[in-house]
Amino acid sequence: MAAPKKGRKAPGGQGKPGRTLALMLIVMAGLVGGMFWSGDTTPRLGIDLAGGTTITLKAEAEPGKESAVNETNMNTAVGIIERRVNGLGVSEAEVQTQGKENIIVNIPKGTNSEQAQKLVGTTARLYFRPVLNVVPAGPANPEPTGSPSASPSGKPGEKATDGKDKATAPSSSPTTQGRAVTEALKAPSPTPSGAASDQPKAPESPNPAPTPSGAAANPELEKQFAALNCLDPKARSNAGKGAQPEQATVACGKNSVGGWEKYLLGPAEVDGKDVDDAKGVLDPQRGIWIVQMDFTGAGSKKFAKITGKLSQQPSPMNQFAIVLDGEVVSAPQVNQTLSASAEISGNFDQESAQDLGNILSYGALPLSFDVETVTTVTPALGGEQLKAGLIAGAIGLALVVIYLVVYYRGLSLVALLSLLASAILTYALMSLLGPAIGFALNLPAVCGAIVAIGITADSFIVYFERIRDEIREGRTLRPAVERAWPRARRTILVSDFVSFLAAAVLFIVTVGKVQGFAFTLGLTTLLDVVVVFFFTKPLMTLLARTKFFASGHPWSGLDPKRLGAKPPLRRSRRVSAPVDPKEA
Amino acid sequence: MSRLGTLGARLYRGEVGYDFVGKRKIWYGISILITITAIVGLAVRGLNMGIEFKGGAVFTTPKTSVSVAQAQEFAQEASGHPAIVQKLGNGTLRIQVSELDTAEANQVGKELSEDLKIPAGQINFELVGPSWGEQIASKAWTGLGVFMILVVIYLAIAFEWRMALAALVALIHDITITVGIYALVGFEVTPGTVIGLLTILGYSLYDTVVVFDSLKEGTKDITKQTRWTYGEIANRSINSTLVRSINTTVVALLPVAGLLFIGGGFLGAGMLNDISLSLFVGLAAGAYSSIFIATPLVADLKEREPAMKALKKRVLAKRAAAAAKGGSGEDGDAEPHGESQDALPGEAATAGAVVGQRGRGRGRPSGRRR
Repeated sequence: MAAPKKGRKAPGGQGKPGRTLALMLIVMAGLVGGMFWSGDTTPRLGIDLAGGTTITLKAEAEPGKESAVNETNMNTAVGIIERRVNGLGVSEAEVQTQGKENIIVNIPKGTNSEQAQKLVGTTARLYFRPVLNVVPAGPANPEPTGSPSASPSGKPGEKATDGKDKATAPSSSPTTQGRAVTEALKAPSPTPSGAASDQPKAPESPNPAPTPSGAAANPELEKQFAALNCLDPKARSNAGKGAQPEQATVACGKNSVGGWEKYLLGPAEVDGKDVDDAKGVLDPQRGIWIVQMDFTGAGSKKFAKITGKLSQQPSPMNQFAIVLDGEVVSAPQVNQTLSASAEISGNFDQESAQDLGNILSYGALPLSFDVETVTTVTPALGGEQLKAGLIAGAIGLALVVIYLVVYYRGLSLVALLSLLASAILTYALMSLLGPAIGFALNLPAVCGAIVAIGITADSFIVYFERIRDEIREGRTLRPAVERAWPRARRTILVSDFVSFLAAAVLFIVTVGKVQGFAFTLGLTTLLDVVVVFFFTKPLMTLLARTKFFASGHPWSGLDPKRLGAKPPLRRSRRVSAPVDPKEA
Repeated sequence: MSRLGTLGARLYRGEVGYDFVGKRKIWYGISILITITAIVGLAVRGLNMGIEFKGGAVFTTPKTSVSVAQAQEFAQEASGHPAIVQKLGNGTLRIQVSELDTAEANQVGKELSEDLKIPAGQINFELVGPSWGEQIASKAWTGLGVFMILVVIYLAIAFEWRMALAALVALIHDITITVGIYALVGFEVTPGTVIGLLTILGYSLYDTVVVFDSLKEGTKDITKQTRWTYGEIANRSINSTLVRSINTTVVALLPVAGLLFIGGGFLGAGMLNDISLSLFVGLAAGAYSSIFIATPLVADLKEREPAMKALKKRVLAKRAAAAAKGGSGEDGDAEPHGESQDALPGEAATAGAVVGQRGRGRGRPSGRRR
């Protein structure tokens, strides 16, 4: 801005318009090309347009546990809910936190929404089941020789103490590489009831004679167990599905090294609800992480009963599995009768101990949730709304175009091309942002895009009026275009900044639908700046060189006479007359 | 349009124009009146809060020939709660039943589908907890607060605090009017309304900022001349940006009107309608306030400044002198620049306030040279 007389110099002093324009076109072509290349040629539609169910859950702060509503627990909850919903066989269900205490579950069309609601809303699907058999993951393979990879997974040292009387137990647990699966309830002997090949004893032991709970493993279940392949994610998630608590079932679980094992489980003996409280704590004496559990009155009776039974059994039937949503989370061994409280020890680190504690104490979810809203939308209606929205947008656009053509005549060409550029950019970005950041075009977002037509057109109007002012001052078009720019630019930037600020604040503080709207508004405001700077301005500079515009053709919208330009003589001066385009 | 074009030129040259600043008291009065009406309306009638704030379920049926009254009867029978039924533009029904929970809503939905003879899967329902709307509203208030603070800071930096203050007043004015209209007319307040209201923030300021920008430019060297007072320049700024303000407002209102009347006509009540209705009201209020309230307010505030007071005195003194000379064209074009010199003695007579001015006055020669 140092050259104060720039405006009066030859046009083109303002950079190379052709090059800028070409660059802009290349960027646009790149975006559009990228859109086609990635195959995402349409914006991802939100649930309200594509159809589906949206469930909003709100975390309930329980008395005395207000701090439980925190980011970690919210994320754990998201993970669990996601597993549940996607376990349904619904692909692409989205589960995300929204704000500090909401979880939004978006389940796309074609799902049984009632079932989904049940799944999402229920908190407790946690059972303690006796383990009848456990072998490595694969399908019927009597010889578990195969996988050396899953090898050193012994059920390592583990102990569970009846927390009260014997808190000691020298935690020998040597082999420990594991996480939650590998632990025991009060088991001084580090019996490696391993799932893996190295232990002759446990897993392959062709199958138990007397099942503890009397629920005999029926042949069908045996077959199912043999066929189960825990290495297949689909089979895995289906394994424990729909198992009634009172029936024996099969399930998968990870062993200490993260390899999969399959379990044959007896009927549930203890329910997740029977756990009063559980938390992962650091045992100060041993310096290891353990999980402490307290049972409710009824729960401790049940627990005493089953631990009493289990402790009499040979491995692997002395374990019981903590089954969460059909998946074995942990399978500690039992060596004695336990009652009101117990601790699970094993190879926990802080995180896994606390996770398991959370899982145990809240049933399944680390927090209890209230279902706030449930929205079902059929795609038909969503499509109709989208159609109506688009028609409204098209009509709005047409009105804007008519207004611009009538008022600005030739100049409206610039405005229209810029609007077009803006539309292409917006569309391409929306399409690309779908897979990139999960942007989904919902109805409010469509609304935001339509409203943005106004914002985008505003910028041209500001610039055009500036140019006209300059022409009224008696300048010819070329200098007018250049002189008008710095001031129009400032106005556009200042006002776009305000718009953007509004969008950003809206985006940050709000939730759900509002965010889609705010995002679109912010995006289009940014694009407006880009388009005005790199498209409208260079285009205007180029057009100013054409005879049609430069000569002020009556239809150019820049006819000096019509604009009431003064003769090019500059005599009087007034305060509001433009000073050099210095900027503040 | 061409007439509008020449009008633009005449406005620009200051040949025609409305004395916005001079008549500001009238407009302040009108605004205060509107605001009081809005507040009274709000206090007396309250807002018609949508189901999102009360809790309940909204069922949307596909196109059906069942009458509204019939559907209402069915819905109330099925739920045991009062129901509001609206027929939407496309022949579908929107049935609101307050105070339902998930299980009940499923049940009511089933019964409705039997009663209305519509396959169960085709009735959409939206279940809303009472705290959902509250949450959106409370976040909206937070957003509003944060935004106002940020914008005031920003405007104070980009322009000056007086403009920031005036913009804030205009903003509050717009929001009050919009909310007041909602209370008076009894439109339903939904989260969509809240979104619209928040969007007005940006828009309302957009217009204001455009005028302020021109004002800032117009008054850059204000103390180096004696032809205009601040208020007069402010008025000129409004007038010269009037065409732009009108154009930008029209252009912004057109798509919103499209949404409101066409989109809304198709969809009946719904999010699009809620957003566009509050936008429409707010945009109109925003355009009004930027012209009639914000800028005159800046002029008011500014003229309290000693420097501006002094300037006003100089200007008036000069005009008086010119009038005494018998020249009636006080602000005619024929005025030579030298006359600003003439004003100096008169100005010198005005005491202390001018002293601060003096220092800056040193810049005057260079100012005149240009």
